[in-house]
Amino acid sequence: MFERLSVMLMKEFLELRRDRWAMFRLIAPLLIQMLVFGYAATFTVHHVATAILDLDQSQASRSLVSHFVATSRFDVVDVAKNQADITRDIEEDKAVIAIVIHAGFARDLENGRSAPLQVIVDGTNSNTALIALGYISQIVAQFSADQASRAFSPRVGTVPPEIGISLQTRPWFNEGLDDRWFFIPGVIGTLTLLQVVSLTAFAIVREREVGTLEQIMVSPIRPFEFILGKTVPFFLIGLGDIALVSTFGILWFHVPFIGSAWVMLLGASLFLLAALGMGLLLSTFSRTQQQAFALNFFFVNPFFILSGFAFPIAAMPKLLQWFTLVNPLRYFLVVIRAVFLKGVGIAVLWPQLAALAVLALAMLTLSVLRFRKSLD
Amino acid sequence: MTAEVNDVAIRAQGLSKSFGAVQAVRAAEFTVSRGEIFGLVGPDGAGKTTIMRMLAGVLRPDAGGILVDGVDVGAEAERAKLRLSYMPQRFGLYEDLTVAENIFFYGELFSVPRKERLARSTELLDAAGMSPFRRRLAGQLSGGMKQKLGLVCALIHTPQVLLLDEPTTGVDPVSRRDFWAILYNLRESGVTILLSTAYMDEAERCSRLALLHGGQIRYCDTPARLKQAMPGALFAIASPTPRALRTAVAGQPGVLGVLLMGDRVHVRVDDPARRLPELRDLLAGLGVPDGAILATEPGIEDVFVALLGQEAPT
Repeated sequence: MFERLSVMLMKEFLELRRDRWAMFRLIAPLLIQMLVFGYAATFTVHHVATAILDLDQSQASRSLVSHFVATSRFDVVDVAKNQADITRDIEEDKAVIAIVIHAGFARDLENGRSAPLQVIVDGTNSNTALIALGYISQIVAQFSADQASRAFSPRVGTVPPEIGISLQTRPWFNEGLDDRWFFIPGVIGTLTLLQVVSLTAFAIVREREVGTLEQIMVSPIRPFEFILGKTVPFFLIGLGDIALVSTFGILWFHVPFIGSAWVMLLGASLFLLAALGMGLLLSTFSRTQQQAFALNFFFVNPFFILSGFAFPIAAMPKLLQWFTLVNPLRYFLVVIRAVFLKGVGIAVLWPQLAALAVLALAMLTLSVLRFRKSLD
Repeated sequence: MTAEVNDVAIRAQGLSKSFGAVQAVRAAEFTVSRGEIFGLVGPDGAGKTTIMRMLAGVLRPDAGGILVDGVDVGAEAERAKLRLSYMPQRFGLYEDLTVAENIFFYGELFSVPRKERLARSTELLDAAGMSPFRRRLAGQLSGGMKQKLGLVCALIHTPQVLLLDEPTTGVDPVSRRDFWAILYNLRESGVTILLSTAYMDEAERCSRLALLHGGQIRYCDTPARLKQAMPGALFAIASPTPRALRTAVAGQPGVLGVLLMGDRVHVRVDDPARRLPELRDLLAGLGVPDGAILATEPGIEDVFVALLGQEAPT
């Protein structure tokens, strides 16, 4: 058995070596995507195009405007003269946000009344809108606080009228709330899944297409020897991918890795086995590489969306939440983020690791059974 | 009994296989003796490939039993695979590997010892006229060379039974000749060969033929006896306009079949003594000279058409 397995492996690596572009095709897309994702995949909102209409033209209103200009979050693209300008700016996508300070703003403040401030937001991109609104609230709160302290400072000895609860937040594991720290481990898992599933599916379907699969099956090799010979190289490639992309994330994007490399290796191995099983399963349903491509597209994208990579699983409809239970990426993302950022070990991650092990076993078993059938 | 068993290379009994609603093979039965070159002939879809794949142990029959070199293929497929070799219409070669690497790979799959593998591959490559191309990538070989390399790979483990599915389709005449030379050599050394072919001249070279139609074996005998079994007698008529001639002759009384053979027309009649004068009259009317019509021996294609009542695959 080892002879046949080793000759399969020898053949695989020989083919890989013959293929001059193989190494490039295996590594370059990963690094490039990692780089692009690393910079692009972020919820942080900067330089929001903002239009301002100041109908009050008071010291207070100018001071409020300067609060907005002071941060890099907002770029004032238009100082409007009337309401029509504002409407046009938003409609023409010149501005995403418009801040309208109505006449009487300063007077209301002077008189200690609450002064209304109008904010118009382009809700087309609800995510950006929501985040920008959050920043606006912060800035306005800061402005109110400044106004209040100025109002009271001349009268020495008086106590500010409101004693509120002071909220002091301190996020754990990612104190700067840098969402790159959240995304980069996710990107590592996602890219590995995409690559390993498609490589495995395509490699086997190719043997079927070229006719070498049938040729091998008339030899005394057993199906599981063939499958092992076909999957071991991709397992190693997958591990190499994860190591490479992780190192890149740590060195280039300075994402901390405070957990144990061994826990990572264990999680990655189980995850890769599940991904290989998935690729193998797809290959048994495909006669041609086109079919494999279509199936790959059909399955891998939902696995990516329904993994918790960007969209919280808890917010999904129940039916989709159940579907995520068979998604290996869902579990691996928990593991990889925890190992990177929290540094927790098996004691905490065992449910995810166990789920990955069960999924890997199920997918591999299913695919081996299907593979036997698909030979006829 | 023992002698008989030893003499039988392939025995198929009641072999049947359906794909969905299509009955690809129906109760096929035949026996191939050791050292025979046995041909399966029939139109596309007759079930040739299905039979071969079942014999090779890659396709499970719905019913029936197969014995290859004394091994029950259904029960001991792995053991049977060591004794046989199956070459599909297109042999699966790794195009990124060289000729020598492909041979090495298939040799290792069958656990052929190194020394034996080297000796055998040298011998086979020489016979195939491919020794100078050992280091060439399989993907860069011509169609005929690829097919010969497939044969070399298929023979590397010295199988006792060789199954070839249309091995020379799309192969140039020179490579075809090499190919057949190798097959004759193999037969000399006691290898049994079962092949399917669409070429009638190749069918003629087989020791026995099975004529397949609609998944059934209709006739199975030596080419000579199949020719004797053909009802009626055959005349060949040379003509510069064979197509027009075929139309004129077809449907005449006593004419059982008309077959276009290049620049000649083969006419099969029920009673030659009675029909020859009638045909001469007809030809005279058409302006065809008297000497153009000759009694002729039937080829396999004539037999095929006569027995199966339809056009041959080529």
